[in-house]
Amino acid sequence: MIELRNISKRFSDFCLKNISFSVGQGDYFILLGESGAGKSMLLETIAGLVHPESGSLIMEGIDITHQKIQKRKIGLVFQDHAVFPHMTVYQNIAYSLHGRKFSLKEKKERVSRVAEQLSISNLLERRPSTLSGGELQRVALARTLIQQPKLLLLDEPLASLDSRIKSDLRSQLRKIHRQGQTILHVTHDYEEALSLGNRIAVIHNGVIIQEGTPEEVFRNPKSEFVAHFVGARNFFSAQLTAATDNCIALVEKTISVRLIQPDTGPDGYILIRSEDIILSNDPFDSSATNNFEGTITEIIPGIRGTDVVADIGIRLHALITDESLNRLELREGKQIWLHFKATAVKFIPA
Amino acid sequence: MFILLGSLILLFILAPLLGMFLKTSPQSLFETAKDKEVTSSIWLTIWTSMAATTLFALAAIPLAYLLARKNFPLKKLVTGIIDLPVVIPHSAAGIAILGFVSRDTVLGKMGSSIGLNFIGNPAGIAVAMAFVSIPYLINAARDGFAGVPERTEKAALTLGATPARVFFTISLPLAWRNVVSGLILMFARGMSEFGAVIVVAYHPMITPVLIYERFGSFGLKYARPVSVLFILISLALFITLRWLAKEKNSEIANSEIRNY
Repeated sequence: MIELRNISKRFSDFCLKNISFSVGQGDYFILLGESGAGKSMLLETIAGLVHPESGSLIMEGIDITHQKIQKRKIGLVFQDHAVFPHMTVYQNIAYSLHGRKFSLKEKKERVSRVAEQLSISNLLERRPSTLSGGELQRVALARTLIQQPKLLLLDEPLASLDSRIKSDLRSQLRKIHRQGQTILHVTHDYEEALSLGNRIAVIHNGVIIQEGTPEEVFRNPKSEFVAHFVGARNFFSAQLTAATDNCIALVEKTISVRLIQPDTGPDGYILIRSEDIILSNDPFDSSATNNFEGTITEIIPGIRGTDVVADIGIRLHALITDESLNRLELREGKQIWLHFKATAVKFIPA
Repeated sequence: MFILLGSLILLFILAPLLGMFLKTSPQSLFETAKDKEVTSSIWLTIWTSMAATTLFALAAIPLAYLLARKNFPLKKLVTGIIDLPVVIPHSAAGIAILGFVSRDTVLGKMGSSIGLNFIGNPAGIAVAMAFVSIPYLINAARDGFAGVPERTEKAALTLGATPARVFFTISLPLAWRNVVSGLILMFARGMSEFGAVIVVAYHPMITPVLIYERFGSFGLKYARPVSVLFILISLALFITLRWLAKEKNSEIANSEIRNY
């Protein structure tokens, strides 16, 4: 669908270096990175607002690097929505239908269709100053979608919204994607990336450092940065100690953890996904080779489950369901057993 | 203390004007208003200033936009040049303009080839007025354009608008309040110009020149009613213009910038 080949561009305070990736037809592609990593600039480059110094943009087999913005059929929604404040919602949405051969009736039909799709039909006569953040973002989406872009670029579309509106809009985006819209979405929020994307690329300091399916990126982070960034909480420095078949790592110089022998070492980090840790009130025999007793220090309810933090010399996070939380009668200060398999421990060389 | 000092300044501005108003009898004012020479001079002043503002705005507003949006070499120098007419003595400005538009210059020759003579002509008056008043328009409009969020312009571009359409449907409407206030300022400044105009065109007489001439030939008593009449008409004009601009703007103003 669209392919970026070695896009480079220098700005006053940072630069994009040899960015290459491709977004397939119907993909929901997430570009994940901290703010200031160059994500917005990359989107503006794809949209044609900024011209790269080198590299090329190929869309459906055609080089569009130097094509005019107006011809690209790429829609862009900004983080701050950029809804035109001096126009009504209707005028905003209909803005791109100007000058083309649309009858007034067809224009109205199209606006009402897209307004209905985004549940803003009741707002058409309103002024932007009277709308909430979530409504404004919907108007911005409607305004872009009415052009039927081949590629929809979203620049942190959910960043400035509160959580309930966020999840509404998320499911809206999922719906738009299911209808066949190809989307390239940039965000700094790994939960957003997981919940929406079917492909993820991680950008850091203007460079793409990993690309793959969410599974690939989150299960096998290629570098320390990615591991940190994708929200892995069980992330510790470790030294491998000599062993034959299975390997043992000394974690934070306090406890020893069994893991599968990595290729390199001995210094590095280990990563244990909080989903892979099993909690129990009493020790039990299983295939899990890592079994520790510890004290619960924190219980944090979250969107994906409850995060239980236990101190076993290091602070380990375990993600469990509310049902388990109640069944095990967990509370802060309680003694608890933690179990995880050697294969659940991911070693990242430093 | 501050209030007291402030009041003194206000008094300093108002006292001479009030004094002049009080010393002018309604009867003399009425007679002056019937004086053909005075009325035609006031009309001349209004329409030349208006023509100068309208004509020069066509190029000054795009320039203001460039100054607000683009970075180019020597931008600071350009900004300085634009402010130049404010800081130089206006009689000197008049001399410069006279040298620029007189018959033996390129511009003068171009003018005379189409039958236009700048010296002693409303066209010359308009040029002199524009010279001294254009910085007010450019600076106000530039501030207005700088206040338009660049993202809204970018959004319009991605929605398929041409740069010209972006300017007319987004940038100009959002900067409209500042642009209008710049236009009014330029118009007002042009109307009140004396120094540059008297050098370029003593005749036909614009009102500031007429006031000076009456004062020189007949004295204070004869200059006063013309001054009062001109001030009253100017005030009425500007209050009306401001009010009209406000009406037109309230729609935009209601929703403007608050979102950003």
